[in-house]
Amino acid sequence: MNDFYIIFTASLVAINCALMGSFLVMRKMVMLGDAISHAVLPGIFIAYFLSGSTASLPILIGAALSGIFATLIIEWFTTKARLQSDAAIGVSYTLLFAIGIILISKFGQDADLDQQCVLYGEIEYVSLWLESVFGLFLLPKQSIILLVVAVILIIAVIWGYKGLFITTFDPNFALSTGVAVGFWHYFLMSGVSLTTVVSFESVGAILVIAFLSGPPAIAYLLVEDFKKMLILACLIGIGCSIGGYYSAKLFDVSVAGSISTFIGLVFTVVFIAVRFRKSKLDVISA
Amino acid sequence: MSIWNYISAFFSAENYTLFVVSIGSGLLCFAAGVVGTFTYLRKRALIGDVISHSVLPGVAVAFMLTGVKNPLYFLAGAILAGMLSIWLVDYIQTKSKLKPDTILALTLSVFFGVGIVLLTKIQHSGNAAQSGLDSFLFGKAASMSIADVKLFSAIAVINVVCILVLLRGFSLISFDENYAKGLGFKVCFIKAFLAFLTVVTVAIGVQAVGVVLMAALLITPAAGARFLTNSILKMLLLSGAFGFVSGWIGVFISYSGTGMPTGPWIVVVLSVFAFIAILFGKQKGVIARIRLKKSNYIKINNENILKDIYKLAEQGQNTITEKEIIEKEKYSPALLNSVLKRLEKLDLLDRIRGMVIMNDKGRIAAREVIRKHRLWELYLSKYFSLAEDHLHDDAEGIEHVITPEIEKHLIQLLERPEKDPHQSEIPY
Repeated sequence: MNDFYIIFTASLVAINCALMGSFLVMRKMVMLGDAISHAVLPGIFIAYFLSGSTASLPILIGAALSGIFATLIIEWFTTKARLQSDAAIGVSYTLLFAIGIILISKFGQDADLDQQCVLYGEIEYVSLWLESVFGLFLLPKQSIILLVVAVILIIAVIWGYKGLFITTFDPNFALSTGVAVGFWHYFLMSGVSLTTVVSFESVGAILVIAFLSGPPAIAYLLVEDFKKMLILACLIGIGCSIGGYYSAKLFDVSVAGSISTFIGLVFTVVFIAVRFRKSKLDVISA
Repeated sequence: MSIWNYISAFFSAENYTLFVVSIGSGLLCFAAGVVGTFTYLRKRALIGDVISHSVLPGVAVAFMLTGVKNPLYFLAGAILAGMLSIWLVDYIQTKSKLKPDTILALTLSVFFGVGIVLLTKIQHSGNAAQSGLDSFLFGKAASMSIADVKLFSAIAVINVVCILVLLRGFSLISFDENYAKGLGFKVCFIKAFLAFLTVVTVAIGVQAVGVVLMAALLITPAAGARFLTNSILKMLLLSGAFGFVSGWIGVFISYSGTGMPTGPWIVVVLSVFAFIAILFGKQKGVIARIRLKKSNYIKINNENILKDIYKLAEQGQNTITEKEIIEKEKYSPALLNSVLKRLEKLDLLDRIRGMVIMNDKGRIAAREVIRKHRLWELYLSKYFSLAEDHLHDDAEGIEHVITPEIEKHLIQLLERPEKDPHQSEIPY
């Protein structure tokens, strides 16, 4: 049962991240996702400090807001201060992360939070906190939150698909036809913040980034259609969770690290296969 | 602890650690700030992040292969892994349709993931000597040793010497790679060498401040320095100085509070410096630009109103009411009032009961604007063959920014014309 709980939790993170990551990859904003995943640290700390856990919904929203706060800072740097965008991201998220670490090391003893779990999570222990769902079956507390967020994200993506799609692939056209580009930007960023905040505790910031960038990138190499890419990215994420978990068990290593490595392996294989196929096609067409 | 206690503690031999850590952090941040200037200028701020995450598997492999905790082996492993990550990012970018941001995120997370896998493998194998490896994740600036400080001084000296020797090449590839190629520079070599310097600096620095914050040591001082100067030499100096001072102050703060981590405090101090520079930079700073915008706004309003009054007078009116100006310019009465007040203060016109009377000084100022406007119209119609109805809007904007030198040049070029394309007189 323990295996199932861990894979179930990781897969939920994978789905959440794949949904958001696919849009980020197409918008060339994955590093913004990386920045948010580090920058929510102060928010998460405050959430911990106030409630003792990330489990309550209002606190979750508060932490997600800190992610949006980070995007706002980055935007202020690029538009108002005219700092080049890569430096704006680099400067802001390191500052927020540093503040988070300072807060944790100052008050962290009371909040049961340390740097290690921020970076690579504690997915091995999810089954320590089980809760019953409607009195029917037991699920890890973490995965229940992730499930709720997954449902929210799926509804949000289906409901806002048109707006997200048009602002992702043709922002100028969207702007000229009166689509609220800014709204959809922050809509997506809220989703990314929410995903990062709820995922970080179980899998850590690094696996969040791997899930945000890896499965969508692999899917992007394989299919052209964006809807197919979304679904394929989710499936690849789940596949990597399963593969990564069992390799971790086999070699007795960190699960989060192992899943990231697995994503890297799958990417390498797909990358080489696509290159090989392409060069073959080139030969034929030549 | 007060600053005096700190200073006396610093100079007394009993607090040797403080002395070592202060100097060490300062030198490391200096080295990173200097080499980071080029990382910043080449718009590769996030590659620092990738390198710092990527050194982890290199260190782990070095430990697994040798089985000893030798900083030199660690460094070699870290540098190799860092170089590999840079090469991979470039390779994937040229060979696939993926965009740089995706590749950066993927590379850093996979390298780091592999690092964590190896690290947990080492931990679970029960090797007692592994405890030092954790410092590569989160840094251990507070427990810096003399050997570390020697290493930091070495990298600081190496960076300065290499940059001084290769300054021209580094600057060229930062601003215009193709131009550098055209001049016959070995761009590939220079790029690889710069990458190597960056990787070495990051690999050394990661042990002090940890993987996440290392990127800040490279980027933040350079970002701040960029707002203060346009000269690359000054930027290098400023960036290095920011780094050195921040390293020092960061240690001071963490030393004065209990359980305060050094690395994060260095980053906070660096960010404060950068933020001050971004706000108060003399030309590029946010405040300077807001001021410039405001002074331009005032100048444009002044000149527009002067011009209107002059034109109304040109049509043969002696007294002009404020109402007429509003009709002409579509200003709100409040705005017009404030502009007229300013012009009155400048002694360019007088206001009597809703009437505006321009004096000689005002007329000269108005003529100047109108002259520039009409000269520009003539220039456009003569040299760009624009139609008559396309001239006005362009001239309306440019009249406020033509300097006396440009005006002189225009007059010379157009041979001191009498009439503009609309057959209005050009006043001199």
